Amino acid sequence: MIDNGILRVISRFLIPFILLVGLYIQFHGEYSPGGGFQAGVVFAAGWILYVLIYGLERGLNVISLNAMYVLSAVGVLLYAFTGLAGVLLGGKYLDFTPFSANPHTAQQTGIIIVEFGVGLTVATVAMLLFTMFARRRGEWLEALEEEDEGSE
Amino acid sequence: MTVLGFFNYWVVVILMMIGFYCVIARGNMVKKIMGLNLFQTSVFILFVSAGKIVGGATPIVREGVEVYSNPLPHVIVLTAIVVGVAITAVGLALTVRIQEAYGTIEDDHLGDDIDDEED
Amino acid sequence: MTLLEFMPFIVLIPLIASGIVALLPGRNLPWLVTLLAATASAVIAAVVLPAAISEPALSYPFGNWPPPFGIEYRVDAANAFVALLVSGMAAITLLWAPKSVASEIHGRLGTFYALFLLALAGLLGITLTGDAFNVFVFLEISSLATYTLIAYGKDRRALLAAFRYLIMGTVGATFLLIGIAFLYMVTGTLNMADLAERLPELRDNNAVRAALAFIIVGMGLKLALLPLHLWLPNAYAYAPNFVTVFLAGTATKVALYVMLRFIFTVFSPDYSFVVLPLSTVLMVLAVAGMFAGSWVAMFQIHLKRMLAYSSIAQVGYMVLGVSLATATGLTAAFLHLFNHALIKTALFMAIGCVMYRTGSAKLDDLRGLGRQMPWTLTAFALAGLSIIGVPTTAGFISKWYLVLASIEAGAWWLVVLVLITSLMAVYYIWRVIEAAWFSERPAGAAPVPEAPLALLVPTWLVVALNFYFGLDTRLTVGASMAAADALLGSGAGLP
Repeated sequence: MIDNGILRVISRFLIPFILLVGLYIQFHGEYSPGGGFQAGVVFAAGWILYVLIYGLERGLNVISLNAMYVLSAVGVLLYAFTGLAGVLLGGKYLDFTPFSANPHTAQQTGIIIVEFGVGLTVATVAMLLFTMFARRRGEWLEALEEEDEGSE
Repeated sequence: MTVLGFFNYWVVVILMMIGFYCVIARGNMVKKIMGLNLFQTSVFILFVSAGKIVGGATPIVREGVEVYSNPLPHVIVLTAIVVGVAITAVGLALTVRIQEAYGTIEDDHLGDDIDDEED
Repeated sequence: MTLLEFMPFIVLIPLIASGIVALLPGRNLPWLVTLLAATASAVIAAVVLPAAISEPALSYPFGNWPPPFGIEYRVDAANAFVALLVSGMAAITLLWAPKSVASEIHGRLGTFYALFLLALAGLLGITLTGDAFNVFVFLEISSLATYTLIAYGKDRRALLAAFRYLIMGTVGATFLLIGIAFLYMVTGTLNMADLAERLPELRDNNAVRAALAFIIVGMGLKLALLPLHLWLPNAYAYAPNFVTVFLAGTATKVALYVMLRFIFTVFSPDYSFVVLPLSTVLMVLAVAGMFAGSWVAMFQIHLKRMLAYSSIAQVGYMVLGVSLATATGLTAAFLHLFNHALIKTALFMAIGCVMYRTGSAKLDDLRGLGRQMPWTLTAFALAGLSIIGVPTTAGFISKWYLVLASIEAGAWWLVVLVLITSLMAVYYIWRVIEAAWFSERPAGAAPVPEAPLALLVPTWLVVALNFYFGLDTRLTVGASMAAADALLGSGAGLP
C-alpha cells in the first residue's frame, strides 16, 4: 500500500500521534482512566498501521520478532519481580508500601512500574499476534504459488 | 418494573442467544469463534450494566461528584476482555493450523467423527 | 518468616518461572528450571497442608489490601490437599517428561515448558484463591495453556481436539462467569467468604438459583461430567503423552474442587442439597457417567481413548460421593480425587512408554508385547489392579469409602452399581493384559526393546505410590476427612 500517496501521507502524520497517545495513557494511568493494557494496545496499533502501509519486513526492522518475544516475557517478569520486591522489603506480595515512607508515593511508584510491565507485554504480544498471522499468510501464499508452479 | 425496565437484560439475553446459536449451529470455525465472542460480550454487558447507576458519573475522584458508577465491574470486564482476546487469538491460530493440516475449516467437510479416521 | 508465609508462592513460583522459562534456550535447561519450580511449589504445599489441617484457615491478602477489598488466598484443608496433589503430580510427571517430550516435540522447548508452567500455575491458582472472579481468571489461564499444549500433539487430529476443547471450555468458563455475575449483582461482593455470609438471606432469590445452576453446568463442562464430557476423549487421546499424563492427573480434579467449593462453602450444603434438588441431579449424572464411561471404554481400540473414557467413569465415582452430601461421601470423593490421580497417571505413563517404543497406542499393536516390554506392561497391569479396586491398592481405599458412604446413606443399590462398574473395569483392563501376554506377536513384527529407564523409573514410582497409599492410608484418609470437614464447615447442618 506504499504506492498510495494519500495513505502514506496520512499514516505518516497519524502514527506518531498514535504512539504518543499510547505513551500518554501509559504514564497517566495512575491519575486517570487508562493503564498498561490500553496503552499497550494503542501503541501496538501504531506499529500495526505502519506495517499495513510499509509492509511486514520494514516493520520487523523496527523491532525484530525475537525482540518482541523477549520483551513480552520481560514485561511479565517486571510485574512479577516488582511484586517480589514487596515481599523482600518485608510486606506482602504486590505490597508497594515499603517502597517509600510516604504511602502515596509508594503506591504510585509501584503502580507505575507494574503498569509499565503490563504495557510492555501487551504491546509486544499484540505485535507478536499480528506478525504471526501475517507471516503465516505469507508462507501460505508462497506455498500455494509453489504448488501452482509444480502442477504446471 | 415493566418489561422495558429490564431493558439491559433483554439485550444481554438476545445477544447471548445469538452468540450461543452461532457456536452450536455454525460449521465454520471462524464463525464459531465470532459466536463465542458475542456470547462473551453479552456477559460483559451484564456485568457493566450491573454497575451502572442512573445519573452517576464516571468513577474518578473530582470535585462536585457525589454519585458515581461502581468501578469494580469495569475492572472485572476489562480482565474478562483480555481473556476473550487471548481465546480469540488461540482459536484463530488453531483455525489457521487446521486449514493447513486439513485444507478446510468447515466442520461438515471434516466429517462428524474424528474418531473413525485411521492413522 | 517461616515457609507458611510463602503460601501464595505455591502459585507464584510456577507463574514467575514461566516467564523465565519462556526465555531459556535449548531443550534441557527449560525442563530443569520447570522441574525445580514445580518441586519448590510442591514442597511449600507439603508444608502448608499440615498447618491448614490443624488451623482454621490461612489467609494471605495480596498487596496487603485486606479482604473483601483486596484479593486474598484462603487455604483450608480442602484446597491445601488439592494443591499438594496438583503440584506433587506435576513434579512427578516432569521427572517422566524429558524422554517422552524429546520423541514428540521438536525444536527448543522453552515455550512448551512455559505453557506447562502456566497451566500448572492456573490450576494451583484456582485451588488457592478465595475470590470468585479470580477463579475464572485462573481457570482461563490454565485452559488457554492447556489448549495450546494439546495442539502440540503430533497427530493432526490434535488440532481438532484442541479447537473443540477450546469452544466447549470457553462456553463452560463463560457459564461460570455468568454465575459469578449473578452472585455479584445480588450480593455486591466477590470474596467467597463474604458471599457465604450474605447468600443465606437471599435464599428465595431467583438470580441466586440461576447462579448455582450456571456454575454447576460450567464446572461440569470442565469436569467432564457425563453429558458434558465430549471434549475429553479426543483431547486426551491426541495430546502429547506428557500433556495427557499431566492433565489426567490434575485438570478434572481441580474442576471438581471448584464445584465443591461453590456448592459447599459459597452456597452452603443445606441450600444446594435441601432447597435445590442438586443431590438427585448429581447422583443421576454420576451413575450415568460411571456406566457410559466404562461401557464405551470396554470397546475402544485406542488405548489412550480407552483410559480417557475410563476417566469419565471415575469422575462419576467422585461426583457420586459428593451427591451423597454426607461427611463420608465427601471423604470418599476427596480420596478418589487423590487416588484416581495416582492411578491414571501410572496408566497413562505406562501407555506413554509403549508409545515411546512402538509409536502406536492401538490395542492390536500391543499384541505379544508383554514379553518384550515386561516392566512397562507389568506396571500397567498393577496400576490396572488399582483402577479395578483390588485390596492393597489405592483404588480399593477410595471405593471402600464410597461403598461405606453409600451404606451409611442407606443406598444399597449404589453398592451394587459400584461393583458392576468395577467389573466393567476388570474387562477393559483385562483386554490389554490379554493382548499383551496371551496373544502372539504378529509375524514379521520387529522386536521392541524395553522402555528406557528414564521413563520406567518414574512410572514405577507412581505405581509404588499406588500400593503405598493402598496400605498406609494415614495421609490420604486423614487429609480427606479434614478436607470434607473444612468444606462442610463446623456445625453446618446436614440433611
